[in-house]
Amino acid sequence: MMKELRPALAVFLLLSVLTGLAYPLGMTGLAQAIFPAQANGSLIQRDGAVIGSRLIGQAFVGEGYFHPRPSAVDYDAAASGGSNLAPSSAALVERVRAAGDVPGDLATTSASGLDPHVTPDGARFQIARVAAARGIPEAQVAALVEAHVTPRQLGILGEPVVNVLELNLALDEL
Amino acid sequence: MTLNGWLQILLYCGIVIALVRPLGGYMFRVFSGERMFLGPIERAIYAVAGTRGEDQHWTRYAASLLIFSALGVLALYLLQRVQGALPFNPQSLPGVAPDLAFNTAVSFVSNTNWQAYVGEGTMSYLTQMLGLNVQNFVSAASGMAVAVALIRGFARRSASGLGNFWVDVTRAVLYVLLPICIVGTLVLVWQGVPQNLAPYTAATTLEGVQQTIAQGPVASQMMIKHLGTNGGGFFNANAAHPFENPTALTNLIHMVCIFAIGAAFTNLFGRMVGDERQGWAILSAMGVMFLVGVAVVYWAEAQGNPLIGTAMEGKEARFGIVGSALFAVITTAASCGAVNAMHGSLSALGGMIPMLNMMLGEVVVGGVGAGMYGLLLFVIVAIFIAGLMVGRTPEYLGKKVEGREVKFAMLALLILPLVMLGMTAAAVVLPGALSSVLNPGPHGFSEVLYAYVSAGANNGSAFASLSANTPWYNLTLGIAMLAGRFAMIVPILALAGSLAGKKSVPVSDGTLPTHGPLFVALLIGVILVMGGLEFFPAIALGPIVEHLAVMAGQTF
Repeated sequence: MMKELRPALAVFLLLSVLTGLAYPLGMTGLAQAIFPAQANGSLIQRDGAVIGSRLIGQAFVGEGYFHPRPSAVDYDAAASGGSNLAPSSAALVERVRAAGDVPGDLATTSASGLDPHVTPDGARFQIARVAAARGIPEAQVAALVEAHVTPRQLGILGEPVVNVLELNLALDEL
Repeated sequence: MTLNGWLQILLYCGIVIALVRPLGGYMFRVFSGERMFLGPIERAIYAVAGTRGEDQHWTRYAASLLIFSALGVLALYLLQRVQGALPFNPQSLPGVAPDLAFNTAVSFVSNTNWQAYVGEGTMSYLTQMLGLNVQNFVSAASGMAVAVALIRGFARRSASGLGNFWVDVTRAVLYVLLPICIVGTLVLVWQGVPQNLAPYTAATTLEGVQQTIAQGPVASQMMIKHLGTNGGGFFNANAAHPFENPTALTNLIHMVCIFAIGAAFTNLFGRMVGDERQGWAILSAMGVMFLVGVAVVYWAEAQGNPLIGTAMEGKEARFGIVGSALFAVITTAASCGAVNAMHGSLSALGGMIPMLNMMLGEVVVGGVGAGMYGLLLFVIVAIFIAGLMVGRTPEYLGKKVEGREVKFAMLALLILPLVMLGMTAAAVVLPGALSSVLNPGPHGFSEVLYAYVSAGANNGSAFASLSANTPWYNLTLGIAMLAGRFAMIVPILALAGSLAGKKSVPVSDGTLPTHGPLFVALLIGVILVMGGLEFFPAIALGPIVEHLAVMAGQTF
């Protein structure tokens, strides 16, 4: 067994340097050079201040904004997670019933607690409320929602979604 | 279920199948010692290691693997304990507690990647890169090495050696894992996966709320995490986190990576034993079981939870039902354990299939290397049973399968039910262990069962409602992971050594062809009967009872 100590140490240390330092640091350098916006978290700035990330959901409670899905971690982007409630959970059934008659995604928490999207139905459902709160025609809000529906990627992958933060930013610019 | 859903599933299967021959052929060159493009680096590693790449007897091969793994556990444990005093720690995260550090070290070295910790709140960037990421590479490479050694056992005639562990591990990292990861990382960053060393971002939302956005070198870890079927996430929410898996395209890439090497290993196997059809037969058996699993989970999820009228609890909108169902089956069929939906919130039957996949030993493609050697154990048992039926000494690929081989195979196979069921039984009668359970009723039992099944199978996914970061679970799950990995690998290498020493017997009229549908059906039958006999009672107490309760409208 001792005979194997030298190769074990040598292979472990050299592969550690290669895969644990050279690889991630080298990729960081390349990524920062080629895709700086994405590599730094797809951050969105307004008036010079970071207001969030395009990819990370954030809480909206005002009547004049589109609301995201409920979050098990209150959109804490430093502690992601889901509710982990069982399909047979009384607490889950109670929460969903309390949400009333809304599209399914608006009554359920996401897996990450940071879902940046709602379904197109989830967004359309909120058009009347948002339009009323802002005092603008529903048709104008509806058109904005439809313009923000991201179709399936390559026409086949995933599901159509609406990015809530981007939609709300566009609302503010109306 | 929708047409688009099935198209997404078919597209996925098509890509994986298309990769089998090219990647299998490439790995054949890597593991047969052919000269490759990083010759100088490779030779430098061997020079420092003082190895000439000589053939090792199975005992030396196993000793090399064990000492390499022990070193890995020790290094990763120490790194976590002292991370507070080391660089690349912009959040000033303190050292990790001893029981959690032990659990995590074992978890990553055994290729389980069970996460009892919250990644973004516990691990510094240095620990993620130099600790977890290194084991993502080398534990995957070790699994590949063991599988290659076992295949050499079948392929070689009257040989005493199984190859050289140091060469196999080094070449697996240099020529298979690393090049794919370098290219893949850039694609992931392009799609939005971060790759930086900056402190967490402080944002002020449109409504004026402060939001701290965790960052880090995520993309480089995502690639190897899936390609090496490791599954340990950078963040707590794993591949459900929008930074780990921002788009449907990254989701597809992750899923393809999880299966790519495992599926190609069947072709590598076929090439090494000189008959590619043998590999396709094994892949067919895997494929049948996979598609049945996908169909059940997709169907179960598409029904929606009748109690709440939707299936979206614990799922991300961008992946939807099919993207979540497919991922759940893939990650547990292989021993990956990454999740893009919370498995504990899947429907009862939708959560049962992932559990069943792991109980069967993750032989549906399986972990890199681990799936191949796991499945070959079942092949030995199937061949043995077929031999008993016709009353002649069973043989496989020209090798007589005798009592010694069957005993080693059964020894390796019986570790799993012992660990999974034995430890679950202990946990559910201990009040201290039961207090970690969140959901009452049958799901509570499933939480505990899933944890030990996941640890024993070296998967790492969870019904995450179980509060597993306690000394009891950190310790017992750590033991389960060690047993599930190493108590399986040692008998497998013994089996390989025994096979390698055998002479080849010529094919005769009495030889059972092992490349046809008859053998595929026999193999599937053996896997299901063994798994069913061992685990049906446990499954019945958990997911099946929960399913019946939900159908009857009962909640807990």
